[in-house]
Amino acid sequence: MSTLLSFRDVWVEYGDRIIIEKLDLDIEEGSFVSIVGPSGAGKSSFLRLILGQEGPSRGQILMDGTPLTPECGPDRGVVFQRYSVFPHLSALRNTILGMECEKAPLMGRLFGSAKRAAEAEATEMLSAVGLGHSLDLYPAQMSGGMQQRLAIAQALVKRPRVLLLDEPFGALDPGIRADMHALIRRLWRDYSLTIVMVTHDIREAFSLGTRVLALDKRRHDPHAPHRFGATAVYDLPLRKRVDETPEENAAELDNITIDVNRNN
Amino acid sequence: MRLVNRQVGRGGRVLLGAAPILLLLLVYIVMAASRHAVNPADKILPLPGAMAESMSALLFVPDQLTGQLVFWADTLASLQRLGIGLGISTLMALVVGLSLGALPPVRATFGPLVTGIAVIPPIALLPILFIALGLGETAKVALIVIGIAPVMIRDIAAHVAALPREQIIKAQTLGASSWQVMIRVALPQAMPRLLQAIRLSLGPAWVFLISAEAIASDVGLGYRIFLVRRYLSMDVILPYVAWIALLAILMDVALTFLSHRLFPWAHGESH
Repeated sequence: MSTLLSFRDVWVEYGDRIIIEKLDLDIEEGSFVSIVGPSGAGKSSFLRLILGQEGPSRGQILMDGTPLTPECGPDRGVVFQRYSVFPHLSALRNTILGMECEKAPLMGRLFGSAKRAAEAEATEMLSAVGLGHSLDLYPAQMSGGMQQRLAIAQALVKRPRVLLLDEPFGALDPGIRADMHALIRRLWRDYSLTIVMVTHDIREAFSLGTRVLALDKRRHDPHAPHRFGATAVYDLPLRKRVDETPEENAAELDNITIDVNRNN
Repeated sequence: MRLVNRQVGRGGRVLLGAAPILLLLLVYIVMAASRHAVNPADKILPLPGAMAESMSALLFVPDQLTGQLVFWADTLASLQRLGIGLGISTLMALVVGLSLGALPPVRATFGPLVTGIAVIPPIALLPILFIALGLGETAKVALIVIGIAPVMIRDIAAHVAALPREQIIKAQTLGASSWQVMIRVALPQAMPRLLQAIRLSLGPAWVFLISAEAIASDVGLGYRIFLVRRYLSMDVILPYVAWIALLAILMDVALTFLSHRLFPWAHGESH
């Protein structure tokens, strides 16, 4: 697998406040990277760097070997915890927006056969995330989980090089969250995505990711806490799970239990 | 049961809502009747009969000088001024407000100017308008526009600027340019707010219309009220005021209906 994103000695500073210091890492294509860490340890800044919402103060971020422009573009999809979907558009229109922006620079809308083609593609993607029967619902009519499914479909329809998730399941209740975990794992496998996910939930980070990055401050000055920034303090590659499915995982666990019983 | 928990049904609301209005009318008629008992020629509180009589002359009898039905000519002239003024203001609010709200460099350049214009009392500009634009229709429409457009522009700009940052970012990751963010994300979400801004501007717009008509005009609802004031013609003034109130309410209801009809997503219509 090739390197998709590389960080070369990246620093993020606001005035004399250092958020991220001396970050050096590579993200492989097709990996599922979970970012964990305490609040204020630069998790969001890290995501904003990849997103292009802000640029590094020092250092370089490369995507496929070329420096990343500090502006959001269609090669990076994103799902935020909230406000990721447009409240004034139905699910279908939310999803075709990305295609409309690309193909109709002036009007921002498609007509005729181009529109039908876009709608067909969007419908397929919405079915893939389980919203095949909710094409005409507005976000206000959807539950939190459905809105996040829509946000994922909306991002994936652009076939981004990397999908960024900013605590995407943080606002959902546990049952729905489990469904969403299964969904994102399936999408990651089916569409061979590269995913970078920021989360507060350590369990989620380990169960979904192929690699867990913990961001935190390496040093701490009690008199000037803002003078040290965060960096990757732990970088844990987990076992490859590309070919595994959650069902097989469960079966494996069952086998272990039976074995123990038999030994007894 | 506590008063804060007491919900009023549909029928009850109509009944309760009508009660104070009917009471006010009753008080008026009792007072007018008592004044007329003392002085049958009283002009200050005319009886409904006298109002109907003088209004029917304005409604149905052509004016000797112009040959027009005065009441309808007044209504048409006023509504035309109001409509043009509101139309121009709405268009300005949409174009300027959207650019100010969505584009930081435009906001930095023109924000202070709009704020500056907004704090000038529009009536203080009326002499300038009359001097610069003459006493015709232009000055009256200009007064309405100067009076309400800055407030509407600032309202729309603030609303657009307050759209969640996540939405703007998301649109860009979907490949949207500045222009596409404006027309596909900001504009549709500003529309319900725009109708709301028109509704709230209707009151001030009527104030500026009546002011302009009172000072220099030869036809219009405000002109008529200030003309007949010289003869203490309360029998014309009161029906005219009631008519203006009715027109204002109709516009308000129409705008609310339009907003619910065109933008159901903005009115929390769930499941």
